Amino acid sequence: MATSAARLPPADYGRLIGRARRVDLIFAGAGLLVMLVAMGMLMALIVDLAVDGMGRLSWDFLTSFPSRRPERAGILSAWVGTSLVMIVTAFLAVPLGVGAGLYLEEYAPKNWMTDVIEINVTNLAGVPSIIYGLLALGLFVYAFGLGETILVAGMVLALLILPVVIVATREAIRSIPQEVREGAYALGADQWQTVRMYLLPAARPGILTGTIVGLARAIGETAPVITIGALTFIAFLPPAPVQPGFPFINFEWLNSPFTLMPIQMFNWISRPQAAFHLNAAAAGLVLLVMTLLMNGLAIYIRYRIRKGMR
Amino acid sequence: MSIRQAQRSGGVEVEAREVEAPERAERLAVPMAEPKGLTQQRTQAAAAPEPRAEPAKPKVEIRNLNFWYGDFQALKDISIPVGERQVTALIGPSGCGKSTFLRCFNRMHDLYPGNRYQGEILLYPDGINLVDRRTDPMLPRLRIGMVFQKPNPFPKSIYENVAAGLRIRGVRRKSLIDDKIELALKQASLWDEVKDRLGTSAYELSGGQQQRLCIARTLAPDPEVLLLDEPTSALDPISTARIEELVDGLREQYTIVIVTHNMQQAARVSQRTAFFHLGRIVEWNDTELIFTNPKESMTQDYITGRFG
Amino acid sequence: MAAATDTPPVASDELVRPSGFFLRRRRFADRLVRLILFAAASVSVFVTGGIVYILVGESVVFFSQVSIVEFLTDTQWTPLFSNARYGILPLLSGTIVVAGIALLVAIPAGTTLAIYLSEYAPAPVRETIKPLLELLEGVPTVVYGYFALLFVTPLLRYLIPGLPGFNMLAPGLVMGIMILPYVTSVSEDAMRAVPNHLREGAYALGFTRFQAATKVVVPGAFSGITAAYILGMSRAVGETMVVAIAAGQNPNLTFNPTEGAATITAYIVQVSLGDLPHGSIGYQTIFAAGLTLFIITLAFNIIGFYLRRRFREVY
Repeated sequence: MATSAARLPPADYGRLIGRARRVDLIFAGAGLLVMLVAMGMLMALIVDLAVDGMGRLSWDFLTSFPSRRPERAGILSAWVGTSLVMIVTAFLAVPLGVGAGLYLEEYAPKNWMTDVIEINVTNLAGVPSIIYGLLALGLFVYAFGLGETILVAGMVLALLILPVVIVATREAIRSIPQEVREGAYALGADQWQTVRMYLLPAARPGILTGTIVGLARAIGETAPVITIGALTFIAFLPPAPVQPGFPFINFEWLNSPFTLMPIQMFNWISRPQAAFHLNAAAAGLVLLVMTLLMNGLAIYIRYRIRKGMR
Repeated sequence: MSIRQAQRSGGVEVEAREVEAPERAERLAVPMAEPKGLTQQRTQAAAAPEPRAEPAKPKVEIRNLNFWYGDFQALKDISIPVGERQVTALIGPSGCGKSTFLRCFNRMHDLYPGNRYQGEILLYPDGINLVDRRTDPMLPRLRIGMVFQKPNPFPKSIYENVAAGLRIRGVRRKSLIDDKIELALKQASLWDEVKDRLGTSAYELSGGQQQRLCIARTLAPDPEVLLLDEPTSALDPISTARIEELVDGLREQYTIVIVTHNMQQAARVSQRTAFFHLGRIVEWNDTELIFTNPKESMTQDYITGRFG
Repeated sequence: MAAATDTPPVASDELVRPSGFFLRRRRFADRLVRLILFAAASVSVFVTGGIVYILVGESVVFFSQVSIVEFLTDTQWTPLFSNARYGILPLLSGTIVVAGIALLVAIPAGTTLAIYLSEYAPAPVRETIKPLLELLEGVPTVVYGYFALLFVTPLLRYLIPGLPGFNMLAPGLVMGIMILPYVTSVSEDAMRAVPNHLREGAYALGFTRFQAATKVVVPGAFSGITAAYILGMSRAVGETMVVAIAAGQNPNLTFNPTEGAATITAYIVQVSLGDLPHGSIGYQTIFAAGLTLFIITLAFNIIGFYLRRRFREVY
């Protein structure tokens, strides 16, 4: 009853296998080729930036304000602005993001409200960054009257990286085994105690990784900040956060105009003079090193987490 | 003697005889010499199934097979013939090497790093060594089919699942593919249930149906040997019974090796049984003899349920 | 998850026996915490609401002065000129061309790389490549813009003599490399989620790696791979700095990638750099353009959501 029409004689197997193995090899080659091209581009990018910008990197460059003369221009106001804005961003994004992540993982009941929140978080992760800028412009700068300030920049970047922090928090908490929770509840802890004393500490590395990745992204974000009106030629520093007299800390700097590293770079590269392009390369180098270091740190922490889990 | 065995041999009582060559276990129950130091003579088996004493030609012969997972030796010096057009059952407690042994036939272990074969698995009629490093792993897979413990149909339609093996072997003519699919599904006792919905997703079938689909998919390219790795352990008793019936029918055309942790299944379905323990074959013989008159006390202990 | 508000009775006399007051205070604290966390989670809803409110609000004002028909069909976008024209088509064509080039690079290359990482690469290779891809992802977009303008364009000039300084090809290609890591990592995650016993079934049948990857794993990961593509499309359309720097900011209704053009995003940046009085029609154009962009990405997200739901795999 069995028809053997499809059974090949042993000799043909050799040919079939040979042909199939060749296809396999070609595809593996293609995969490696893609990888090489991508890495090659990254290398080319770094080298190009270094070749153009290395010459301009100096102590003067880091401590001068921008200027109409390219050889005198520096990134002082830019990196100070970036640091201050990052402080605000972290200050806003971490509590909001961790809080939201905690709520969604541990507290949220399975109802329509929770669904709406989750859909929103997913959706916001896909919204282009410049739209956040438009939101901040219309709402924070004008409707709330906060003006084009460091505070608003911090707010818009915090909202931008909020989904990153939320997802990182959720993943970190989700990976905690159920036994830990059950043990805590069995001891008589209530929900907040369990979260505060057991879950959050265990999730800390994961949350930290997510925060670092988010901030690394925020450092390089230009579009939303330009939209809210960050000026590109700032030749002054915001008021210092600390002061010698009482109360030692002031918040005036939040209200100050400012510029950021990527904005400064954008400004320089938009000029036709090639000399400014060199400045842009140098600024870009500093920026790149900062983001690569932060991303590298996050990767390292994640590696340590995984090793710890083995 | 069980009713089934009586029906086959026509109620003839058989006696134990010391013979070296493997024989068709249906006609005579013949105990084999023990695996250690076994020498085999191959005899030609008659092609037609007639009720007379015929030695069974081995389809596969395993000689001194050793296998390591990394540093751990999982199979120790296995030597056993697998008779053509017979069902050979592998029984034994969990983790003693039955599935490991089965997966050597089609080089499944090559998919994971760190494994090592030593010895021979010879596939006849050409006598090629399947576990030789120089043999491409695809070769045994093209000639030998395997059905897994958990049904694993592809995320495609029923038709495409059964056609998969044919397509990669270069079969292109649609009429031929259609015929072979119908044949395979009939052999797997699934045709009547799905013939009107060949285009629907395989995941809409029940567990037992999915497993029969996997059997059909394996049969379509006419494998020379069929490996069944605990095919019914994930199924309900009714599906199990159907598949056992199936296997019994398939025996007429295919050489079958089945791993099972269910001794009754081995007794029902196979003509020859091998008992595995800690990576060795303790004893192998005609099924009837293994269960009624085992030579090793360990076999006796396992069969009577004293361990495992 | 229910909060455990009952404490077990304590045996020792030194320990505080939980009083009603103690339990009530804990319950209150617990509710307060829950409320605070809920507020944090609701921020995301308010953000979406805010976005819609602002975009639609300003656009309504805009559309009270410019007809929607003109907006959607006029072929010139010159809102800042004295003879202002408000046709969004040039910005749309710029966005589509650059995003199209980027996806033409990122989708085939990204999928190939994902298949390679998931089905071919041994573990050490995979563990090296994945962090490298993450680094690629982390490069700031201004830096990519610099690269596109001052390295890729001159390079392309060897192949295409006469290529203008601002063109759509260079940023398109660079954006492709920028999006590649996203497509690869989401696709690869989806493929790795395909259970191993499906692969074993394929290999046992005699499939090669390539056949198993394309005929079993990729169909089995279809919904995740679709998500990866949609994600890539959203990012391509929403990208700003690379195009603002390297494609120029001149609205140009064309599908020729060797010409410069402006995308929706580049236009918004251009206006924001200038000095437009709040409430002027020029100011409102960025919201109208932003609304168009938002609708496009929202459409992608919804399509992606439905595709994923429809093809969700049950192994």
